[in-house]
Amino acid sequence: MKVLVPIKRVADPANANKVKVAGSEVSHDGLEWVMNPFDEWSLEAALRLTEDASAKTRTGEIVVVSIGPKAAVDTLREAMGKGAERGVLVDGEDTALDSNVVAQILAKVVEKEQPDLVLMGKQSADGDSNIAGTKLAELLGWPVINYASHIETSDDGKTLTIKRELDVGVQTLKVQGPAVITCSDRILKPGTIKNGVTPADFEYPDLGDLNSRLSNLKNIMAARKKPLDELGLGDLGVEPVRVDEYVGFELPAGRSGQAQFLESVDELVQKLQSEAKVL
Amino acid sequence: MVDYYGLDEELTTDERQVRDAVRRYMDVKVRPIIAKHYQDGTFPTELIGGFAELGLLGANLEGYGCAGMGDVAYGLAMQELERCDSGVRSFCSVQGSLCMYPIWAFGSDAQKERWLPGMARGEIIGCFGLTEPDFGSNPTGMVTRADKLPGGGYRLNGTKRWITNGNLAHVAIVWAKVYGTGDEARDGRVHGFLVPTETAGFTAQKLDGKFSLRASVTSELILEDVEVGEDALMPGVVGMRGPLSCLSQARYGICWGVIGAAIDCYETALSYSKDRVQFSRPIAGYQLVQAKLVHMVSEITKAQWLTLRLGRLKEAGRVKPAQISLAKRNNVHHALEIARIARDILGGNGIMYDYPVGRHMMNLETVYTYEGTHDIHTLIVGQDITGLAAFE
Repeated sequence: MKVLVPIKRVADPANANKVKVAGSEVSHDGLEWVMNPFDEWSLEAALRLTEDASAKTRTGEIVVVSIGPKAAVDTLREAMGKGAERGVLVDGEDTALDSNVVAQILAKVVEKEQPDLVLMGKQSADGDSNIAGTKLAELLGWPVINYASHIETSDDGKTLTIKRELDVGVQTLKVQGPAVITCSDRILKPGTIKNGVTPADFEYPDLGDLNSRLSNLKNIMAARKKPLDELGLGDLGVEPVRVDEYVGFELPAGRSGQAQFLESVDELVQKLQSEAKVL
Repeated sequence: MVDYYGLDEELTTDERQVRDAVRRYMDVKVRPIIAKHYQDGTFPTELIGGFAELGLLGANLEGYGCAGMGDVAYGLAMQELERCDSGVRSFCSVQGSLCMYPIWAFGSDAQKERWLPGMARGEIIGCFGLTEPDFGSNPTGMVTRADKLPGGGYRLNGTKRWITNGNLAHVAIVWAKVYGTGDEARDGRVHGFLVPTETAGFTAQKLDGKFSLRASVTSELILEDVEVGEDALMPGVVGMRGPLSCLSQARYGICWGVIGAAIDCYETALSYSKDRVQFSRPIAGYQLVQAKLVHMVSEITKAQWLTLRLGRLKEAGRVKPAQISLAKRNNVHHALEIARIARDILGGNGIMYDYPVGRHMMNLETVYTYEGTHDIHTLIVGQDITGLAAFE
């Protein structure tokens, strides 16, 4: 089974307080870059789909693809250190990209790679657009399922049974691959992925606060030697077109209120009623 | 992350990733539990499997299930270990640099096959017996002896002290002077032995009552007529070059490790001083505190660049032991100084387990002394630059 996992590097959401605006642009100075956490969930799902976790062997292939500057190689190598077999970096600057452009580029990469499945983040932690996956499926004419919490296949993705956890209950859907799937964080729980290879009773460890498995140092060293293709848009034969225009960005207004420490829950309820007027 | 001069740009992708992977592991698995272990005086044995799975044990060795990483990547891993706790870094230093390294460098093929894969998997723990109660800075004077037995093999007698991991170990690397071989080139000279700790006559006594490195096991090893076969002797080295080359490996790791401890102290003090309001503003806004913070970040930055260069020299096979001594001496001295300043900035909170600085400060008192004391490293560099030995 071959899975394509698009990965974006984003400014560490844990350092959102360091974000500064220069003119109408977000300044990247002093920001630390990490793998988009939503993409990490999908990477973890892809790893579980393409391995025999009990025998600790890889049974399928994961190609990770990123669109970004040269430094995004780090993010791809990180994914390869976790187990992905190959990387593709498409040269591009954040300022030239929107969700539509990303989807158009990814569609060309899919044409080239012919994966059985595209597993991607439902959104990026910086742009929060929530468009690229759905748009990609539309361009490819593939089915798309967003917020998957369980994925089951026993024939390398030709048929997929997918569960989505909604507020009102759990929805189960069946699709024929190839398809585009985005994941919710529930996918990280043990027992959410069944690939017909890893024994059904295998227990994945609880990842706690992590967004994907930790890399092993040996695998990080081995990832240096894994193939990584660097492509320009010309190589893919695509001239993506933006359909929106970037106008500006402003930081939210600073919080003025001082924290108050109250003595009792009763006092809190009373203040929520009389002062905050939210009850 | 303290990176005032853009050190990141001098690192390769895999070096940054090794550092980040270890940092993440330590933040998730170790940081939340380490203060309690320190308080209780226990080593977190539950972490050994995780360290092995992460690939930390013997990480800079090639083959036998080891990660085979370069010296800078290895150093960065040590930095992240010690950013959490010097005792945890000590465990990995001893297992990798002091135990796996000599087997890898001086052991026979059979010894390598027997010990290294299990040690990389964390199933076999090692300890390193060089220092003795009466021979610390002067290890050459050691009195532990290995007498050749007429039927083959050796009988070992002696006491080793300040041995990290002693009571956890399955195998002890014991350095002893050999007698009765009939070979002038060997008799009276130091040899290395791989002694399974279950061998009759071998006992390890845990040293309790420490106020430093409390999350690490320190022991005394007593060898009383311990008989081992020929296959226990590491054939690849004779003389003090054996143990000293191990120490060079471990001291190199310490150079990076203490930068981690210093960074943790500085970051804690920086954030504390920005939050702590006295009189009319955060104490970070006062000149005296700023002078302290600037001193800390200056020394960390200098240590980072010094040590990166040291690592690149080591990777090129061009490092001199005295250069490692200079960095160990400098970095530990300033890490300890930074820990004390951070303790000061945190005021009363500086002595509480809620913050890591007091723990680092106490740990670094040990690091200042072990693996060559501050003064001994001064004399090693002194000898190197003057050509005159001032040891005796």
